[in-house]
Amino acid sequence: MSLCLRAVTVGPAGGQPLFAPLTMEIAPGAVATVMGPSGVGKSTLLDAIGGHLAHGFAVAGQVTLSGRDVLAFPAEDRRIGVLFQDAMLFPHLSVGDNLAFGLSRGVKGHARRVAVEEALGQAGLSGYAARDPATLSGGQRARAALMRSLLAAPLALLLDEPFSRLDADLRAEIRSFVFDHVLARNIPALMVTHDESDAEATGGAVVRL
Amino acid sequence: MSVIPARGSVGHAIPDGRALRGAVLVLVAAGLVLPILAGLAQTARAAFGVLPSIGARDWSLDPWRALLDLPGFATSLRLTLVTGVGATVLALALAMGFCAFAHGRMSQSLGARMLTPLLAAPHAALAIGLAFLLAPSGWIARMISPWATGWAVPPDLATVHDGWGMALILGLLVKEVPFLLLVILSALGQLPVRAHLAAARALGYGRGVAWVKVILPQVYPLIRLPVFIVMAFALSVVDMAIILGPSNPPVLSVAVVRWFAAPDVGMVLPASAGAVVQGAVIVAAILLWIVGERAVRMLGRIWLSRGGRGLRSEPGLKLVSAVAVAVMTLGMLALAALAVWSVAWRWSWPEALPESWSWRVWIAPGTGWGRAAGATLTAGLASTGVSLMLAVAWLEGEDRARMGRAGWAQALIYLPLLVPQIGFLYGLNVLFLRLGISGGMAAVIWAQVLFVFPYVMIALSEPWRALDPRAIRTAAALGASPWRRLWAVKLPILLRPLCTAAAIGFAVSVAQYLPTLFMGGGRVATLTTEAVTLSSGSDRRVIGVYAVLQAALPLVGYGAAVLLPALVWRHRRGLSGAVR
Repeated sequence: MSLCLRAVTVGPAGGQPLFAPLTMEIAPGAVATVMGPSGVGKSTLLDAIGGHLAHGFAVAGQVTLSGRDVLAFPAEDRRIGVLFQDAMLFPHLSVGDNLAFGLSRGVKGHARRVAVEEALGQAGLSGYAARDPATLSGGQRARAALMRSLLAAPLALLLDEPFSRLDADLRAEIRSFVFDHVLARNIPALMVTHDESDAEATGGAVVRL
Repeated sequence: MSVIPARGSVGHAIPDGRALRGAVLVLVAAGLVLPILAGLAQTARAAFGVLPSIGARDWSLDPWRALLDLPGFATSLRLTLVTGVGATVLALALAMGFCAFAHGRMSQSLGARMLTPLLAAPHAALAIGLAFLLAPSGWIARMISPWATGWAVPPDLATVHDGWGMALILGLLVKEVPFLLLVILSALGQLPVRAHLAAARALGYGRGVAWVKVILPQVYPLIRLPVFIVMAFALSVVDMAIILGPSNPPVLSVAVVRWFAAPDVGMVLPASAGAVVQGAVIVAAILLWIVGERAVRMLGRIWLSRGGRGLRSEPGLKLVSAVAVAVMTLGMLALAALAVWSVAWRWSWPEALPESWSWRVWIAPGTGWGRAAGATLTAGLASTGVSLMLAVAWLEGEDRARMGRAGWAQALIYLPLLVPQIGFLYGLNVLFLRLGISGGMAAVIWAQVLFVFPYVMIALSEPWRALDPRAIRTAAALGASPWRRLWAVKLPILLRPLCTAAAIGFAVSVAQYLPTLFMGGGRVATLTTEAVTLSSGSDRRVIGVYAVLQAALPLVGYGAAVLLPALVWRHRRGLSGAVR
């Protein structure tokens, strides 16, 4: 179930790669960190792994998830969740519908409601299903976004500076909330960040680009 | 080392939007671009003597000789240039002057909302309202007679249809000043206006002059294309020119329409030559404008670098904005005049208001306005629907290819707005006739889409691109397919701009005169074609009803575009627009 990068690099198609080929293996339940100055291509690396590369960019190397070459699949078939610094809750859906968005179609009716309510409970948001996401606090949004990602049953998680908008207290709280869930789900996670304390908190490998 | 794409990666770096993009490209090329080019080619051929459908088969310059010999051709040409270029220069100056004076002094959203009735009202309706106001027997003369003027009967003055085209210029200003104001307002949103103005004023520049010297040079490049569209329109407008412009000889566009409609079929050839001239006039005017831009830029640089603080020019700017306000007030009064006349019964000169009122015309839709309103709605809803779907497909195709828009694609969108309608509509009609699809609602809808689609595209592109790509990536990461991302995420979030684009498209459709007239083959009567026909000498009460409906339908559309998203998303603060 680990996420393996073999000599992965990204850059403009046919142009110079943004960074030297990167090789790493992230074990299930572990959070690895990529750090580096702005513009070095950290977020582009996550885009490549998640399947969101902009036109004109290409990825070289190999990315496998549980032995499956994910680069051959479009984003929606890779089963790789992603969290951004803004929670990116869909503004037109209620909190509950946001969580249900990623839930498999196979989960129907009552089971669906139960799954969403359970996830809300884990996020300390019991009874919030009908709420407008715009009325949630920053921390509530961050937790809801994580639960939404997890309900889609991802095989790996990408974290694109997910804590940088949060103030210091909340930051530590949300960070351990996310890392605890990664451990509990036993899935690999890859985080890019500017913040040393984020990297230290993972207790995992740190790569500097 | 260059990036060598891993096996299979590139195929997914350019995802599966190919089919969609291909379909959109074919539709736009075959449905929009090809008809225009084919129509232009037909017209150009006829201008050189070849129009097999009337038995003209030999290339010759005779149509051109005939055109030059037509009475009033030279006057028509001059009138077109004076009214078209004059109205554009004045509209730009008034809009810029007003912004220089009013910016920061009034709320932008309030200002934009006040412009809505004038933006929504079709040219023809505003023109008829203006005629009701300005005519010797019109509302203004009634209000100031006889106590101020001493007129006991309507004076014998050519206040409408004047030989100089003043009434036409005024009519164009009433419509184009608000349009340019709106364009400037949205361009200002992209600039650090407040900071630059503060910096300039700290250096001792007067408020208005700081705007002209610092903001205007930054705004102009952003609104250049709309200015060209305004000029192309002003040079080739037909409905407004019939209602307000000089009548004998009229401006070139109206003259060409008359020649096309002449009982003598042979007139089609010189008329086609006239249509080619119409196109050339627009090209020449735009070239002239570009030369003018260079000159203004050079002189402006000298003026700017001399460092005059311009504290004395403030009253001048005040005057310009007063004129702009007067023009817009006139537009509002014109709309009011339509409403008053539509319910007037006895209204003898020189009473300021009717002596008796009546709903008589309103309660009798069978007199014709019912059918015309129905046809207007049908054509409007259909052309808006088609345009909206095409625009969404186009933008979604761009998203899936993860590419911006190429310059040539942008040019394709603007093409119908820069080419004069008269230049290709007749030729297109000939083609439609040959294909057997002329003279019906379908042909009218098709022709209207040519003009509705560009405006829908322009209105929708900006908000579509402003959508946070991370929201879409999140949806993909949650396993949503491209179609689900479109239906379940993008379209709901974009409901407000989609509604706005639809309202604009609908207003454009309602306003279409020439495409409806030519493609309908006289069998499709909309409020606009009927209002223009009636405007020459029918009962003002009847014309009033047609024109009020014509102005009201787009306004209702704009209202719905505000209310619908607010209602649907009333429990969603992020989308309702109520709290930001």
